[in-house]
Amino acid sequence: MKKINEIITRIGTKPFIYLALISLAIVIIIPVTWIFLASIKKNQEFYGSPWELPNGFHIENYLEAFIEANMGQYFLNSIIVTSFALLFLLAMALPAAYVLSRFTFRGSKLIKSFIKAGLFVNVSFIVVPIFLLLLGWEAALSGILGGDFFLNNRVILALIYASTALPFTIYLLSSYFETLPSDFEEAAKIDGAGYFKTMLLVMLPMARPSIIIVVLFNFLLFWNEFILALTLMPGENKTLPVGLINLMAAERSAANFGPLYAGMVVVMLPTLILFIIVQKRLTQAMTVGGVKG
Amino acid sequence: MTDTKSRNLFILLCLAPALIMFVLFMVIPTAEIFRMSLYQWGGLSGSQHFIGLDNFRSLWNDMNFIRSVQNSILLIVVVALITIVFALFIASVLVREDTRGSTFFRIVFYIPNILSIVVIAGIFSAIYSPSTGLLNSFLDLLQLEGLQRRWLGNETIVIYSVAAALIWQATGYYMVMYLSSIASIPSSYYEAASLEGISRFKEFTSITLPLIWSTIRTTLTFYIISTVNLSFLLVTAMTGGGPNRSSEVFLSYMYNQAYGNSSYGYGMAIAVVVFIFLFSISAIVSSITKRDVLEY
Repeated sequence: MKKINEIITRIGTKPFIYLALISLAIVIIIPVTWIFLASIKKNQEFYGSPWELPNGFHIENYLEAFIEANMGQYFLNSIIVTSFALLFLLAMALPAAYVLSRFTFRGSKLIKSFIKAGLFVNVSFIVVPIFLLLLGWEAALSGILGGDFFLNNRVILALIYASTALPFTIYLLSSYFETLPSDFEEAAKIDGAGYFKTMLLVMLPMARPSIIIVVLFNFLLFWNEFILALTLMPGENKTLPVGLINLMAAERSAANFGPLYAGMVVVMLPTLILFIIVQKRLTQAMTVGGVKG
Repeated sequence: MTDTKSRNLFILLCLAPALIMFVLFMVIPTAEIFRMSLYQWGGLSGSQHFIGLDNFRSLWNDMNFIRSVQNSILLIVVVALITIVFALFIASVLVREDTRGSTFFRIVFYIPNILSIVVIAGIFSAIYSPSTGLLNSFLDLLQLEGLQRRWLGNETIVIYSVAAALIWQATGYYMVMYLSSIASIPSSYYEAASLEGISRFKEFTSITLPLIWSTIRTTLTFYIISTVNLSFLLVTAMTGGGPNRSSEVFLSYMYNQAYGNSSYGYGMAIAVVVFIFLFSISAIVSSITKRDVLEY
């Protein structure tokens, strides 16, 4: 009797489960696919039913977004800012994480908890003070450095991205370094390698898996960031998400929808491709990190 | 050079860049929030006046601020509940039931989480658009014209439209968190339960839920913080706080006051209140969800 009951509940719940899973998947897939389809539609097509498929492939929307709406330039800016930010981040976080996890010295505990406390400070809170800080420096140093050094500067924006990502990245890297055996360091010491050599040639290569995770995770963060970019880059040097906000406002008031969707595809396509390639690694990393801004 | 000396130099050189940048762009700005909340500062060229707690007193009578508090609390409670229930359901189904295509579902549910919040704002503006939007035309297909709304243009509805976008964005992330935590429960527990012949629902409430309770606790606290942050970004990119300040949340109002209205001190007072709010609500949540940790 128990067996029969179980079979009935099994048959009863399975279709319901699939129905729920598939409808949730549809709720995600339809809007995303729709953006892709809309990005190749002619403008007149938007006034019919939104469910109709495009008449043909209209690449003009992309040309308009890239050239007239400057998305090409913004794309380049995003690449520059993201790559510099990743470089700065690794250059700062790797040595710090290595030292904090492998050495004990006076104040090491304090510094560790200091940086860990930084996990609770969010960019959204400090965007206004950061803007005012840079503005103050700009005013103070305008005689020496000329205008637009601290604001509207892609490298400075990258440095700030890297700095705000430090707590999470150091936290993640340290916990990985802690798991490495100390035999390698001892062997390197016997071979006569100094501290720098040991770190660069022995320990950092071993941390490769966690470095990849850090790069993937922060790539998404930096590529998608917009509130710092919006505030600190009021001039021409916009990044893609900020350019997209402008494009959305401009095209909506002009009722010219195609380039708007083309712009959205340009922002999301790189992250989608990356995600599909590395999805397993990335979702594992999220569980390890457990922090997202 | 002696060995201790070179060791100390090495430590210093490795830590200095990270520590300097951390202090410069995170510690000092955070301290600035607290300092500036005590000043009146009406613009970039204007002077700063120390006014003590006056900014905080003005918040009491600021209807827009009270609106932003109501909206934020609504989002935290409603969105957290729905998202976590959804995420728990999907995760337990994907782990416990032998579902076909579970990799496909995992990938699809996770996609919203990798999109820029600006793109999500764009997607939902397209869904909610009154004339050409997906939602209204879908209601049209179902012959439910009576339910059509101006989803972002209606003062009472707009905050729920924002809530839907937040749920859409976050469910996949929490699903992944719960997936790995459910997957680590030893299968012998479930085998024993199935010998007893208990129902799936009972199995969920008496095995899965207690054993992943500590994960749920962590995600709950984390959820509150990230909802405050994400709702700010979403509102800024999607509605700008409108129409008529009706979709303003904590940080969007802070940003609009400081950056749009040049009331820096007032904006920072809002930031301080949100800080304290988040801190106390996290403490409350973690104390009321406290249970004995089950080891397995």
